[in-house]
Amino acid sequence: MNEVIVHTKRPDLITFTMPVVAVLGAMFGFITGNIYGSPWIGFVAGAIIGAAVAGILSKVTTIKSKKKILASAVIFGAVGFVFGGLGGLFGGAIIGVSMGWFGNWIGSGKYRAGVPIYYTSGQVLWHNTFLFICAFVLFFLIAPLLPVVWLSFNAENFFTFTPEMLSFKAEGYSLKHYRDFLGTDEWMVPLKNSLIIAPIATLISVSLGTLAAIGLSQSHVPGRQAMMAVLISPMIVPLIISATGMFFFYAPLGNWLEVNLGLNQAFVGYVKVILAHAVLGIPFVIITVTATLVGFDKSLTRAAANMGANPVTTFFKVQMPLILPGVISGGLFAFITSFDEVVVVLFVGSARQQTLPWQMYTGLREQISPTILAAATILVSVSILLLLTVELLRRRSERLRGMSPS
Amino acid sequence: MGDSTQEVVLAADGRPLKQSLRRALMRQKMRAVMLVAPLLIFVIVTFIVPILSMLFRSVENDIVANTIPGTVIELSEWDGSTGEPPHEDVYRNLFIDLFKAEEAKQHTRLGSRLNYEQSGLSSLFRTTGRSLDGIGELWQDPLEDIDPAFEDGAFWYEMMSGSGGEGLLEQRRGLMAAMSGEEMTGDVGFVPSQQIVEMLPWTARAYTDFAIWAAIQDKDTVSEEDPWESVYGALGMDLTNPETISAINSYGGPGANALKAAAENIDQLPQEGFREAFVAEDDDWGSSDIWGTIKLYSPNMTPGYFLNSVDLQLTPEGIETKPANEQIYTKLFIRTLVMALIITASCIVLGYPVAWLLSNLPMRTSSLLMILVLLPFWTSLLVRTSAWKVLLQQQGVINEILVWLGFVNDADRLILMNNATGTVIAMTHILLPFMVLPLYSVMKTIPPSYQRAAKSLGATNWTAFWRVYFPQSVPGIGAGSILVFILAIGYYITPEIVGGTDGVFISNRIAYHISSSLNWGLAAALGSILLVVVLGLYWCYDKIVGIDNVKLGG
Repeated sequence: MNEVIVHTKRPDLITFTMPVVAVLGAMFGFITGNIYGSPWIGFVAGAIIGAAVAGILSKVTTIKSKKKILASAVIFGAVGFVFGGLGGLFGGAIIGVSMGWFGNWIGSGKYRAGVPIYYTSGQVLWHNTFLFICAFVLFFLIAPLLPVVWLSFNAENFFTFTPEMLSFKAEGYSLKHYRDFLGTDEWMVPLKNSLIIAPIATLISVSLGTLAAIGLSQSHVPGRQAMMAVLISPMIVPLIISATGMFFFYAPLGNWLEVNLGLNQAFVGYVKVILAHAVLGIPFVIITVTATLVGFDKSLTRAAANMGANPVTTFFKVQMPLILPGVISGGLFAFITSFDEVVVVLFVGSARQQTLPWQMYTGLREQISPTILAAATILVSVSILLLLTVELLRRRSERLRGMSPS
Repeated sequence: MGDSTQEVVLAADGRPLKQSLRRALMRQKMRAVMLVAPLLIFVIVTFIVPILSMLFRSVENDIVANTIPGTVIELSEWDGSTGEPPHEDVYRNLFIDLFKAEEAKQHTRLGSRLNYEQSGLSSLFRTTGRSLDGIGELWQDPLEDIDPAFEDGAFWYEMMSGSGGEGLLEQRRGLMAAMSGEEMTGDVGFVPSQQIVEMLPWTARAYTDFAIWAAIQDKDTVSEEDPWESVYGALGMDLTNPETISAINSYGGPGANALKAAAENIDQLPQEGFREAFVAEDDDWGSSDIWGTIKLYSPNMTPGYFLNSVDLQLTPEGIETKPANEQIYTKLFIRTLVMALIITASCIVLGYPVAWLLSNLPMRTSSLLMILVLLPFWTSLLVRTSAWKVLLQQQGVINEILVWLGFVNDADRLILMNNATGTVIAMTHILLPFMVLPLYSVMKTIPPSYQRAAKSLGATNWTAFWRVYFPQSVPGIGAGSILVFILAIGYYITPEIVGGTDGVFISNRIAYHISSSLNWGLAAALGSILLVVVLGLYWCYDKIVGIDNVKLGG
């Protein structure tokens, strides 16, 4: 799809633009009317307003389209404020932006911009409907996270929006759940546990996983498929089954460690959880590192050997820097697997090894405290950071391997 | 080529080239295996072995034979089909076994184990455990009346101990260790005398059990402790044997006088046997049903857990279906499969358009939109689950908006959570990235020129899509579906939080049996069945996409 803007002539105002925008207006009118108990009056009024908006927008040609949308938002918001207070202001502004944008989009003929000029109106309609469906799905993916962030600033101990929050009064908001999160042992101990367990588990899976991935990517490996199947299996076997198996096996293993090696109980508890998490992270390391090694030019190691480097030097000076992005992103996957894991730690760990997800899980099941949402918001921020890191690493890796930068 | 003498090509070091190449290849293979070996061993020890141990747990059943070993052996000769209760010897063994188990607090474990198969057994074992002392005292009181020496622990020690009974000691020690699950090593400070073992076999067994427990578990000196009530009961058992009476009459060792006094006054001891004593405590002990169940579950391996997990049960009459009100697992398995299918289907419906859009947009725009897919993927599962709890609950965001807009009455808000709807919505959201990413990576490889070619040959948009594009994207759908389906089928956290009772999966039941009902064997059997289903799917996945073609993060 190339970005050439196709200049079509503006669609007819009376037969096309006004009816289409009127439909949207009627929908908004129906919803608004419903609040006051008379949806059909709203429906008709909305249709008329929609047609009017379409008419005005297309007559005013001297103002830029962004300003038109802004103006429409302001007008609708103001009307909404008069009738419905702050809620009305927001609702009105949303309706205003939608109507303004839609009226402009339809009226100026931009809706045909993404499709070839020979498309029939039916095809254009389908194309745009399709884009709306996609937008809806992407909205569905992201939107659920937003109320969590919003509610985490709740001043009350509720999981729901209070009237004060909805009318944007300062007393409806506070940082007390963040203070609870950062200031109490109830949350800090689990966080500390997570920060002990996840990095060590990651270290184990990355070091062993990278070695194995290098081994697996050699040209002659006996039983490659079978070994791969075994190494990937922790990812495929459902967590509940892994957890059940580990529950049966790790308890006697722990007892044996305590009795025969005289280790202390807390230490053994950590060892069990770390081993369990490390093995769960291994498939991710294997997959990402083998994928990176596919693009690795083997003549580089030969060249290094040719110049007198021993295998260890070759590995650290030539191979490692090139596959490092893959290793790090595999490590990040392993880290997030451990950091986010709750089923196995519930089954294998004891109260002393309570991790952050575990604490959140108990919180969600038993006492409903918005501190969970504060924790969730912090975790969302962390995952945004991780996501950016992985994306940057992927680009770097592609650059290093000589692929065209995206 | 026509030359008959074949010239061997030599490598630089003078070896034949063929051999040299083979060595090099061998070395290369060795190096690869050496690199993989540490991880392979690690995964096998920390993952494969636990899974195998779960499979083993699902058929393992040594608790019955370990807890009441003598009873199990004696019971094997009993024929349950007659409807008669078993022979007196079974009850005698039960008394000795159960007394020891009660001291070790193991009889309730056995009771709960058997209660999975027949309800009522748990309370039967618990109440009987409490009344065992009373049964023993039926014999203890008259014996102490006959000769007060029987009251004295030191007297018992002197009478029972001697030499030559090491065999019995080690045998009872082994049984005790198997029953209690503890090691039971250490010095008992007591060896039964061979003469007593032969003359008073029941008493010797009971007293040896007592001695082992007192010395090793309670860390007491055996000679200073009064024996268990079971020892008196066992002496009562011995005294009903005429051969024992005649042996006592010619016996001259320690305690001979007291034993002779007891042998002369056996009419003062209870005339009923142990069967009557047990039945007097609880009528169920006389029921052949109860004994049938115990006999049925006495082997070390049992298919019982697997039968239970498909709503069947093993009865003395053979395999039967469970009563209709107890059939839950088949329904739960079917529900798990159906819901996983619904979730997979919704993921395809929602994921396909997005993947298509992402793979057809210019790279710069698609990377931006990709972030919208990847952000939920990277976000903690619990964050997303709590987000859905916020949205779906009765006072939640969705209901609030609908009420505010007047579409739903305040009184009858939609019930979106704690049912199957909640689970399907939340899990579709959580698993959607797992559908979009494989679809995207497959669609990225479909050249757009194919569709253009189809259109230029006169195909409509729909034909071009359905006959040209769609078949090429099927591997992506397959990969995504299997990934989503496998993940969905084993989900635990989300159904537990938003699923209520109607929206839970088989995995919640497994977790329930692990942590609440403690029926670990059943949990293992359910897990094994689920594992077989998933491995089947894994195999399909391997056939369709290949294990090493799994891509993460596009």
